[in-house]
Formats: sequence, C-alpha cells, structure tokens
Amino acid sequence: MNIWLAMILGGLITFGMRFSFIYLFGRFEIPETMRRALHYVPPAVLSAIIFPELLIRSGSLDLSFDNTRLLAGIVAIAVAWFTKNTLLTILAGMVALLLLQIYK
Amino acid sequence: MSQNRASFWAGVRAELPLLIGGFPFGMIYGALALNAGLSIVAAQLMSSIIFAGSAQFVAAQLVHEAAPVFVIVLTIAVVNLRHMLYSASLAPFLKELPLRWKVLLSYLLTDEAYAPTIIRYEAEGATPSGHFFLLGAGLALWFDWQVSTALGIFLGAAIPDSWSLDFALPLTFIAMVVPVLKNRPLVMSALSAGLVALLAYDLPFKLGLILAALTGITVGTILEGRKSPKGAL
Repeated sequence: MNIWLAMILGGLITFGMRFSFIYLFGRFEIPETMRRALHYVPPAVLSAIIFPELLIRSGSLDLSFDNTRLLAGIVAIAVAWFTKNTLLTILAGMVALLLLQIYK
Repeated sequence: MSQNRASFWAGVRAELPLLIGGFPFGMIYGALALNAGLSIVAAQLMSSIIFAGSAQFVAAQLVHEAAPVFVIVLTIAVVNLRHMLYSASLAPFLKELPLRWKVLLSYLLTDEAYAPTIIRYEAEGATPSGHFFLLGAGLALWFDWQVSTALGIFLGAAIPDSWSLDFALPLTFIAMVVPVLKNRPLVMSALSAGLVALLAYDLPFKLGLILAALTGITVGTILEGRKSPKGAL
C-alpha cells in the first residue's frame, strides 16, 4: 500500500511541476539561481545512488578487489565515458559482473 | 481543422527518433521495477501515474531499498524539478489555451516531448495549431512508454535471479550521469554527492540520499558561480 501512496503523491508532484508555470504564466519567474541549480540535479541525485550501490556491501564500505560490483561499475563508467551509449554501458557492466562472479 | 491534424502528425513524426531511443529504456524500467519488488500492476501504472523515466528508475530503486514514502516522494520531486523549467519555457506559447488543454499538455510534458516542441515554437512562433504538435509528440511518447514498460515487465519476469538484474539499475544511472560530467562544477557536484551519500549512508529513512543530493546541487551551483568569466575550468 505504501508503494501506491508514494506513486500517487509522486505523480501529483510531478504533474504539479509540469503544470506550474503553464498555469501561472506571467505571475512568477524562475529565479536565476534556481535555474542554475537545476542543472546539477541529475549528477547529484544519480551519484548519490551510484556510490553506495558500488561501494557499500552488506552494510559497510568495501574497497577491496573482492567487491565485484565496484569492479564491474568501474568498467561501466569507462564504457560510458568513451562511448556515451546507454545500452552499451549497461551491457558492459552486466557482462563484467557476470564474468567476475564466475571467475572469482 | 486539417491544420490541427497536420500539426499533430508533425509532432508524432518529430517524436519518432526519440521513441526508438525511449523504447529499450522503458523495457529496462519494466524489468527492473518488477525485480525491485513492485507488483506487475504497480510497475505498469507507475508509467502512467508518474510518466517520467529517471524518476521511475529512482523510485523503483528506493522501493527496493524499502525507503519510507516521504523520502521516495521527496526524491521524485527533486529528480523532476527540471519540469518546472520546461513549464516556464512553454508557458508563453500556451497561455491562450483553455484550462483542460493546459492540464492535458502539462501531463504529457516530458523531456522527450519538450525538446522537439520548443524547437518548433522557437522556429515558427506561436501558431493557432501549435499545441497540436505538443499533443502529437506527447501522446506518441506516452504510448511508446506504456508498451515498452509492458514488454519489459513481461520479459523481466522470465529473467533468472542469478543474472543480478538489479545491478542494471545503478548501471543505468552510470550511463545517464557519466556523459553529462563535462566540466569541473559538474564533476565536483557528482563526487561530493557520492561522498556524502557514503558518509550519511546509515542515516534513518534513507535521508542520506536527500542530504547527498542537496550537497551535490549546492556544490555545483557555488562552483559555477565562482567560475571566471573567461570560462577556464
């Protein structure tokens, strides 16, 4: 049930933001600082998810070579950097993780 | 009337390349949402209730981590903040429309519908049938997203656990974030957010995520403000 509440509230907020200025046209302007800050939302939020996913294993920091997700993640970061291709990045990371799990 | 129809189909056509790009993305979302613990119905309906790709990925991840409702909602809000920018940017072109049109077009206002629409408006200005272009682009993407989600759910259910499909979620985020790290403020924004996320990992209610995101946004914004006008990085 909590999932539904989160989805409905999340949906309402998303709609509200899309509707905001279309509805309020002429009455408000987006301040310049906020316009600039919006630029940093994707790297900040996504990195805040990526780092723990790669570096925290069973509740604590794991920087060792046994951390297969960290190694596979580094492979994916390299592929993303050089190819800028979403599907290739996901594929490379998944294959790297599978191989590391098999050969470890 | 035929003017409206022409404008509608022009919107659909302009959306086509984006549909091709969006389709595998929707499939990955469908497969991952199921894997993250959402029911089939919830995974599918999220694609029409929220209808925003990256927010849906993040929400699925947070459901997987059993984050509380307010953290999920707050994170969706932060991830979708950019839509206010799109809203502000299209508002002058839509100001004459009746409320029901404004509501419908706002619901359909995704990254992928905004991009071709604003390009069209900037080239041609506001025309009496201009909003049909956005309607065409928006609806085309909507159907693309629903169908690809359904297909992803269908295929995702057939993938065994030993494939570690859940890892595709952070990988998707890596694929989204790495290519946008084009200058120092962006890199520092990502690194500071990641570091705070690690340090604050044990905070209750997954609040570390919110704290980390706000840190990254602040760091990026401040560094950009300090950048010399000559743009040296």
